[in-house]
Amino acid sequence: MDKLILPYNHIQTAHCENGVATGLLRHHGLEFMTEPLMFGLGSGIFYIHIPFLMVNGGPAISYRSMPGWIFSRASKLLGIKVNRKKFSSEKEAYDYLNQQIKLGNPVGCQVGVFNLPYFPAEYRFHFNAHNLVVYGKENGNYLVSDPVMETVTTLTEEDMLKVRFAKGPLAPKGHVYYPENVKPVSKEHLQKVIYKAIHRSAFDMLNIPGPICGVDGIKYTAKQIRKWREKLGPRKAGLYLGQIVRMQEEIGTGGGGFRFLYAAFLEQASEITGNTKLLKLSDEFTKAGDLWRASAVNMGRIYKGRLNEQKDFLESANMLDEIAEIERAAFKELRKIKI
Amino acid sequence: MKKEDLPQDPSALVGVTREVCYVKDASGKYVSDLSTGWDVKKQALDNAWDDIKERVEGASAKVKNGEVSPVFYFMELKLMDLTLLSGYTGFWKWTIKRHFKPSVFKNLSDKKLATYAKAFDITVKELKNFNG
Repeated sequence: MDKLILPYNHIQTAHCENGVATGLLRHHGLEFMTEPLMFGLGSGIFYIHIPFLMVNGGPAISYRSMPGWIFSRASKLLGIKVNRKKFSSEKEAYDYLNQQIKLGNPVGCQVGVFNLPYFPAEYRFHFNAHNLVVYGKENGNYLVSDPVMETVTTLTEEDMLKVRFAKGPLAPKGHVYYPENVKPVSKEHLQKVIYKAIHRSAFDMLNIPGPICGVDGIKYTAKQIRKWREKLGPRKAGLYLGQIVRMQEEIGTGGGGFRFLYAAFLEQASEITGNTKLLKLSDEFTKAGDLWRASAVNMGRIYKGRLNEQKDFLESANMLDEIAEIERAAFKELRKIKI
Repeated sequence: MKKEDLPQDPSALVGVTREVCYVKDASGKYVSDLSTGWDVKKQALDNAWDDIKERVEGASAKVKNGEVSPVFYFMELKLMDLTLLSGYTGFWKWTIKRHFKPSVFKNLSDKKLATYAKAFDITVKELKNFNG
């Protein structure tokens, strides 16, 4: 296999999983798919603060649902099966990927970013839930469409095996996936599943029991922030805030902890369904996203060392409380919307 | 966020890629746009790296003083923790902790050293000869 380039259109998106899922579904004929629509149909919006667990020496916070869920949930609603394979043997994983390319099937791969050569060094942490599309092979190198990159790129066979078999939390184990059984989606069906996905997100954000998920989770973080400075000292507490800002704003989020992406989804959902209420609620998520950005600016002042008093931490915490209430009210409205 | 408010600050992404953000255009409709970075989060990332550098320097000093073995130093250098290193080597966490002791490290078999060297992406010689 010297040269095999499959006709796959590279798309750049904010988030890697949205990008792979959107790109693959478009490849299989669902031309209407966009990143916001994929994110919304996959009920990607979320919040969780997992206590006691540390990520890179800071708090474990996520603004989105579990890796892999967006594509799985959206596919289920659209009646598509996602074929997924994981491997214990590197050889089998290698053979399977080559075989899929030979079959003319561009596939999604889950990879770790620590050994991803084309990523900037500053971004290469041990994060194992990155996604990219392999769409061919040339001169022994894989042709790669990585949705966070502006253009397509390549990986050597050796690098590809390394990133597919990164170890640690969320280890990809050679994970390869692609959609099967993709059929045209009628407008009526799309309208119906948009509501279903919205209700799912409202449930996730409002109704999961316990204090760490959804809007309660945002308040939980606020509560922790109030204690951090005394408990950890100003420096470490500042680093913790930095971790929040990175989870919220780093490449992959579309800005404002995925809230702008969700607002864009509601705008598109309003167009597709003709329901103007969704457009109004889209504004609420724009407002939430703007507040998340403002809170990041405030936290930034603290970890840049310009301000570092307890009252500055309290101010950050109060902003999160305010955001939680805006999101709570918006999701309550979304929950009420009927088909 | 409005399109004109999208920050275009220099960041580690420059020269590699720009990131997609969702913003409102002049007519109030959502569009995606590209950003080179945002100072607020660049600072957060820089601070995280300063912290890592400090930890690595601390580990290096400890090796020099004979408090820990090079395994500990390279674990810090490669941004790993016990869970990750255990994943890459197949050793139990408590085994790795034992290997942090210079007295135990000294007597490690070549096979075990090679396993660590592979996990750290270095040669056995580099691992053995590191002295802070």
